[in-house]
Amino acid sequence: MTEAPHTSPNGRSARGDGEELLRMTGIVKEFPGVRALDGVDLDVRRGEVHCLLGQNGAGKSTLIRVLTGAHQPDSGTILVNGNEVALNTPADSMRLGIAAIYQELDLVLDLTVAENVFLGHEPSRFGMTRRHETNVRARELLKGLGHGEIPAGRTVGLLSAAGQQVVSMARALSRDAQLIVMDEPSAVLDPEEVANLFRVIRDLTARGVAVVYISHRLEEIRQIGDRVTVLKDGATVATGLDARQTPTSELIRLMTGRSIEYVFPPRQEILSTAPVVLEVDDLSRPREFAEIAFSVRAGEILGLAGLVGSGRSEILETVYGARRAATGVVRVDGVELKPGRVQDAVRAGVGLAPEERKSQALLLDEAVYKNITVSSMGRFASGGFLNARAEKEAAEKLTRALDVRPAGVEHPVRNLSGGNQQKVVLARWLLRDCRVLLLDEPTRGVDVGARSEIYGLIRNLAANGVAIVLVSSEVEEVLGLADRVVVMREGRAVYSGPAQEIDEHRVLDLVMEGSAV
Amino acid sequence: MGEEVARPESADAAATRTDPPPADRQLSGEASGQTTTTAGPRNGGWTASSLLRGGVGRNLGLVIALVLLCIVGIVTAGDTFATSANVLTILRLAAVIGVISIGMTFVITGGGIDLSVGAIVALSSVWATTLATQQMAADFHWIFMVSTALLVGAACGLVNGLLVAYGKIVPFIATLAMLAGARGLAEILSDRQTQIINNNSFLDFFGASVIGVPVLVWMFLLVAAVGWVLLNRTTFGRRTFAVGGNAEAARLAGIKVQRHRVALYVLLGLCCGIAAVMLMARTTTGSATHGNLYELDAIAAVVIGGTLLSGGRGTIVGTVIGVLIFTTLNNVFTLNNLSISAQSVAKGLIIVIAVLLQQRLAARAP
Repeated sequence: MTEAPHTSPNGRSARGDGEELLRMTGIVKEFPGVRALDGVDLDVRRGEVHCLLGQNGAGKSTLIRVLTGAHQPDSGTILVNGNEVALNTPADSMRLGIAAIYQELDLVLDLTVAENVFLGHEPSRFGMTRRHETNVRARELLKGLGHGEIPAGRTVGLLSAAGQQVVSMARALSRDAQLIVMDEPSAVLDPEEVANLFRVIRDLTARGVAVVYISHRLEEIRQIGDRVTVLKDGATVATGLDARQTPTSELIRLMTGRSIEYVFPPRQEILSTAPVVLEVDDLSRPREFAEIAFSVRAGEILGLAGLVGSGRSEILETVYGARRAATGVVRVDGVELKPGRVQDAVRAGVGLAPEERKSQALLLDEAVYKNITVSSMGRFASGGFLNARAEKEAAEKLTRALDVRPAGVEHPVRNLSGGNQQKVVLARWLLRDCRVLLLDEPTRGVDVGARSEIYGLIRNLAANGVAIVLVSSEVEEVLGLADRVVVMREGRAVYSGPAQEIDEHRVLDLVMEGSAV
Repeated sequence: MGEEVARPESADAAATRTDPPPADRQLSGEASGQTTTTAGPRNGGWTASSLLRGGVGRNLGLVIALVLLCIVGIVTAGDTFATSANVLTILRLAAVIGVISIGMTFVITGGGIDLSVGAIVALSSVWATTLATQQMAADFHWIFMVSTALLVGAACGLVNGLLVAYGKIVPFIATLAMLAGARGLAEILSDRQTQIINNNSFLDFFGASVIGVPVLVWMFLLVAAVGWVLLNRTTFGRRTFAVGGNAEAARLAGIKVQRHRVALYVLLGLCCGIAAVMLMARTTTGSATHGNLYELDAIAAVVIGGTLLSGGRGTIVGTVIGVLIFTTLNNVFTLNNLSISAQSVAKGLIIVIAVLLQQRLAARAP
């Protein structure tokens, strides 16, 4: 990390004392049937990193949308620089210097970096855009963010996730943002890129910009945050907590109303007589991964660790047939699967819980039960006619078993929190009595409380004889949950062995080697 | 079926081991209680009344528009408008475009579009009335003409579907090409001549009435009923929603997305074949000019009916009401001797008003 004087303890305390930029009091927002915000208070000072903590469904996203003018609160007051304001449209918020960087980046992928940065307020003369000036100013902004290497004329779709995030930030700065909301910015980043992100944030706060930082990762909040506000069930339960001094147990207690720790369920011994269910041999796809081989026994959890882009997700999708393998074979119960055919894999008893739940797994506007039965419709149909009652009964049984909340199988899946959506995806494959389950980042966007539940669920599936392949960016998760671990680096397996024989430090060591020079 | 459904043991086993639900989430649990009660009436069986309640309820804006239109009709041309003969005329005219719109509802719900329906109707009607086909029909049975129309329609749909699903051509362009190609082929086949149908048993059959209602109207009702069941009660319909709502998720759930897309276009092609038969019966001709601009009427009816143009949401009842609105509009204007041009203006207005109303009501619904 670069030298930055304001990161010294002195500088930090000064930041915490900055003048007040934003004060929200008693914000209430109701949607039909749900009170999403029920009295939220938040105050943000200039030059601080204010962390917003809360489980999924606690109201963080709704609060951001209120702040950026996308939703109008039903009651409550918002003061910016001491003046009461009404944020009726996103344009109102922008004018007041409030910008947001969303989890799903809202960039136009086919436009260039510079065009994205100035989207909506293009430098122009007589209605003609000034391409040269746009590029020059975009380049300046990028350089200011420490990313002068990103070409202003490059199409945004060609940039990495981290690069796209920098472009989003440059866009916020191009509008002279005083307050930038970052919604889980680290979710799509590698550890290295996170360090870079933090450097940028420190630069911003040194200039007096305030950052509202949302993350599920407590260690990040300790690293970058100044003060913490905790939301629970749509209301502020604590505000102005010191980001570094407040004990983790206290934060978790505030978020959940109970104290929990990350508990990984105990492993079960895998008998050497347990049949090998999934066999992967010499699997390769050019520029993605090469010569991947592993086998998973019934009841075993195999963890794939590695950086984003090391080929982990691609391997899962290839095993599943969503990508066609260039070489190599995949066998389930000794039977070879045809490459590139999802239906074959599904028929053989393979299920995938993909990384991008919303875009790859769920029909967001459809009812919970339809999402659960979508892969087993044949079971509920005779002569092509669906028996909706039987579908709902089966789905209800599963949602009750998995404790999906809210209960009831007729809600659109869109209304569920991340953890509950993940349970719906798992329920889909439970219903099929899967032999092999491929889990790609099963706890991404899942709050701390629901995580333990998902962990327990995964372990129980294994105990019931399912062979599981788990991909996760969180090394702790892979080591805690898996029986055996394969460590990936740049598309190749660099380690394979029992999870107990390797620790987090060693995994990171293996993962970074070569790329960290 | 019962014991098959009750089977997932692994899930039960998982259940017994899952930790008890955390107490702190009661709030969200309560919230759910409220929403469940509001989502009630669409459960279980599918009686005619539940169909009407659900369908008409969700299409309130359309029903209002249709009723208003009828009031206008009664006020301006009461003696001629509100007669059973005129109602049957409206239905007879609605039947052809109605059958196409039912098929179109499937394609649009599945995330596609088809601009070639009018051209397919023309080609089917021409092919089914060539001298050779009519000769065969005269020798054997008029069913030969019908099956020719259906086959031609389905084949055109198949080509559309293959181009879209496997050729990866966007539906707009693929079906635009079919529009040009099919109509051109129809002109070549017919040598731009109107082909008169001289098979009287064909004309008698489709020109007849059953219980006072023309056969053409029965056909429309039948296609609509079958379409409703297919879309709302079968795996095929469920897959259509899935493919249109999120094709990637559907694919990863094991649905054969491309094959389903082909099936949707074939289904619409088949509907065009049926529409061609109906048009042949109504006009007693086959012609390359049949079905001109039907694609616009069908798409308009489907969209004002409430089917999402981007896919994932579709309603047969809405489509039927949409078709009736346009046909009634035509009828009211014709009865009042107003020009076709004024009719077009009104049509445009209706599209805008109906969609605006629809959106307002949908936003207010829980």
